[in-house]
Amino acid sequence: MIPARFEYSAPETLSEALRLLGSDGEAKVLAGGQSLVPMMKFRLAQPGHLIDLARIPDLNFVAEENGAIRIGAMTTHNQVETSALIREKCPLLAKTAAHIGDVQVRNRGTIGGSVVHADPAADYPAALLAMEAKVKLVSASGERMAGLDEFLVDALTTLLEEGEILTEVHVPLERAGVLTAYRTLVQPASGFAMAGVGVRLGVENGTITFARVALTGVGSKPYRATAVEQALVGQGAGAETFAAAAAHATDGVDALSDMHASAEYRVNLAAVQVRRALEDAAGSA
Amino acid sequence: MEKTIRVKVNGREYERVVEPRLLLVHFLREDLELTGTHIGCETTVCGACTVLLEGRSVKACSIFAVQADGKEITTIEGMASHGDMHAVQEAFWNEHGLQCGFCTPGMIMSVEQLLNDNANPTKDEIRHGIEGNLCRCTGYQHIINAVEAAAKAKAGA
Repeated sequence: MIPARFEYSAPETLSEALRLLGSDGEAKVLAGGQSLVPMMKFRLAQPGHLIDLARIPDLNFVAEENGAIRIGAMTTHNQVETSALIREKCPLLAKTAAHIGDVQVRNRGTIGGSVVHADPAADYPAALLAMEAKVKLVSASGERMAGLDEFLVDALTTLLEEGEILTEVHVPLERAGVLTAYRTLVQPASGFAMAGVGVRLGVENGTITFARVALTGVGSKPYRATAVEQALVGQGAGAETFAAAAAHATDGVDALSDMHASAEYRVNLAAVQVRRALEDAAGSA
Repeated sequence: MEKTIRVKVNGREYERVVEPRLLLVHFLREDLELTGTHIGCETTVCGACTVLLEGRSVKACSIFAVQADGKEITTIEGMASHGDMHAVQEAFWNEHGLQCGFCTPGMIMSVEQLLNDNANPTKDEIRHGIEGNLCRCTGYQHIINAVEAAAKAKAGA
């Protein structure tokens, strides 16, 4: 399988990348290429010009600043999974990164590329939505921040405008005492989630004081399950509460139906996965 | 628009002019005639084309050769030295870690990274470490035995 012909640029600065992107309507940004290159081989994507961000050193970093961890767009899943800073300050993100694809994909694939690709079954958004992450979007005329919830518009569709590049993901530092878990059931051939769940749970004296729950692989885009969160807060942390709250996992969501799982199956699976993820988090204390 | 790239493969420098759409696996097999790296699924799933790029395992079917410009690559041909098999190769041989052998070059490259990251992996860590490599013959058990044997051999070396 050989992709269609394209031009290739590997700029060494972000400003040069933005200039190239702005000057060629056929151009597309290449990050780790673990989604884009297979799509090009199947000719589902035929960009006339690839702008490879891999030679821009400023896009690969992990740093703590103003109560958040800043992660450069070109930081690989493997770097997120193994970063001591992320493991300590945003543990849910590191746990989630370890589930993405396989070792080789994690060595190449990047957080920026994954977020921009916006696959409805990608692992990262379940963690990033539960952590209320933001993304930084830069264009030749300026920059803006967007919450991941507004950035993810629909399957494979984001807020990113022509000429814009996602350069950073900002993840708030985990709150003291909050327990986290990521749980996913994957379609074995593709490795993509049929229902993946990121959970953050705060418990004081046996009562749930804080809850964030987000799902991927279930609907046309990953989402925060606010009905589950509301059903948790104020209740006692335990199997009954978790099961009752998990029943709201797909409230207001049209579950996907495909060759791997019917919508009916996904609705049930989502509830089961949420309940188990809550138990995993509670049991991780 | 063709590009000139320079890469170091198994310690040897190469300079070639390539089309941007040339995949790294085709570059290795056809331009450099290093056919030990296999093409299996061509869709980033099976891992038969695994090589080390700057020491990290990657699927050469999902990287363009131009992306490897200026970088170091190790393929299966770079593992043995002076006719002596590498410890991982030796262990696959001793433990019957292959049947048809098609997945073996990719499997060995993944194991090389696994053992570089973690010199003494548990069985679970080995399974996690080779999750990106499919073997359709062995059921994996002999491969896992081979990885354990390679870890022991490396520790004793």
